[in-house]
Amino acid sequence: MGDPTAQLARLPRATPEEIQQLRAAYGLDKPLLGQFADYVGDTVRLDLGISQRTRRPVWDEIGDALPWTLLLVGTGTLLATVVGTWLGIVAATRRGSRTDDSLLGFSLFTYSAPEYWIGLILILLFAVAIPVFPAGLQMTPGEQFESFWAQAVDVAQHLVLPSIALMLVLLGQYFVIMRSSMVDVLTEDFITVKRATGLPWAKVVRRHAVRNALLPLVTLSAIYFGFVMGGVITIETIFSWPGLGLLEFDAITSKDFPMLQGAFLVFSVSVIVLNLIADCLYFVLDPRVQSA
Amino acid sequence: MNRVLSSKRGRFALAVVTLFVFVAVFGALLAPQDPEASSTEVLEGPSGSHLLGTTEVGADVFSQLLVGARVSIVVGFSAAVISAVLGAAVGLTGGYFGGITDKLIDAFENWFLVIPQLPLMVVLARLLNPSLGVLIFVIGITSWAGTGRIVRSQVLTLKERAFVERARALGASDWHIIRRHILPNALPLIFANTVLIVAVAILAEASLSFLGLGDPTSISWGRMLEDGFSAGAPSAGAWWYMVPPGLCITVLVFAIGLLGYVFEQQLNPRLQEAVE
Repeated sequence: MGDPTAQLARLPRATPEEIQQLRAAYGLDKPLLGQFADYVGDTVRLDLGISQRTRRPVWDEIGDALPWTLLLVGTGTLLATVVGTWLGIVAATRRGSRTDDSLLGFSLFTYSAPEYWIGLILILLFAVAIPVFPAGLQMTPGEQFESFWAQAVDVAQHLVLPSIALMLVLLGQYFVIMRSSMVDVLTEDFITVKRATGLPWAKVVRRHAVRNALLPLVTLSAIYFGFVMGGVITIETIFSWPGLGLLEFDAITSKDFPMLQGAFLVFSVSVIVLNLIADCLYFVLDPRVQSA
Repeated sequence: MNRVLSSKRGRFALAVVTLFVFVAVFGALLAPQDPEASSTEVLEGPSGSHLLGTTEVGADVFSQLLVGARVSIVVGFSAAVISAVLGAAVGLTGGYFGGITDKLIDAFENWFLVIPQLPLMVVLARLLNPSLGVLIFVIGITSWAGTGRIVRSQVLTLKERAFVERARALGASDWHIIRRHILPNALPLIFANTVLIVAVAILAEASLSFLGLGDPTSISWGRMLEDGFSAGAPSAGAWWYMVPPGLCITVLVFAIGLLGYVFEQQLNPRLQEAVE
């Protein structure tokens, strides 16, 4: 087992007394159940402890990293929703065609691929072979920006590759859900009726089918959020994007347990909160749920 | 099995998976060079002597690729078996006995369904020391909840069937009914689901190895990506090193996913209509 003090006391001349002191300082001399009680107590009081790697409070580290993760996850999810929905509509309205088949094949491929590998391919293609985008970090290091806008443009350029990588990870699922949901809606009677009234097909799709088909996407995207959180760890790692994922990765490599636990807590809580929001949204969006 | 072979997708998926299993068994013998042997030819592109070029320490990428198949296959299948056994046990117990047992199991299952899997695996794997066994354990123990849920719903309908009621009327014990009447009928579903878990487990192994939580003593595709990435192979443009391991993972996961999908189709005629 990895006793954290083995890590702390890697000082060659640490005496047994000093190691004992360290163990006491971290509460590791208590029985396991006592340690667990301490952990639960601290967590309830929102005390996540001090990072062993940086010696800063875990909350401060998380606070610094969270905005970057939100920016990345937000952009990636937004792109995936828009592109996935659009492709799903295209495929569903041309069901059985070659377009449909190749879109399905592509989305299953990205679904099967490890997300960090997709990121590495993007780096190889668009940062090394054709160097159009930076391969890592969130902005050019050491650069003095003249204005807020100059900085925003720089950040946006750095955001392109990681957010596309995240989008490709999610795209497959969003596409498949949207496609099957659209197929269901398009075979319903009210669509046939709308067509019979002479409404143009494009309008039937846009006004009547898409709106109804979007419903399952809301709940399912919340369920898949846990999956996004997994993707964030590896994608932020390969792009050196200074968010929660990179924090988690640094904590893994340096055996920084307070940081690992803290990041894990934030990941889990955000997934639970998102599921809650999705349930509420579903209630608002679907009148049938309200009457039930 | 015959029905799987009757579909074009099924044949394709089975052929790919068989090929990978063959490489996993015989990869070490097929490898043209010692995959760990370093040389001075560092990060060189594909050539006659190195089909897929060399790594950052001058080892042969192609040989590493062949040897690495074993970890993926072994971890993928073993973890899926653990997950299937746990999921089946939990699903059978909850579904069959119902009541408070079911409620407790359900709450526990929900917890595992909601907690993001990779962060959980990362914390567990870091606490234990990385080895092949730890990888299998960590992946198996975090991926059973979905199987449990599916088995439970199947058991709920099975236990109301006439043949179960008949067995109960004849005085059969719960254990006998579960073992002889319910489990055999739930088995095909458990099997199809386990095939899909193999795909998830292979991806999980690769991710953990990529994050440096894999078995440090054996070569795997995830570790190849990690080694290459931390040595700066992507910025050196070493596509021959970074593309093949990921492609192998993707193709294997894709084929296994397809296989599970074909099995599911055979089991559930309703799905067949919905897709075709």
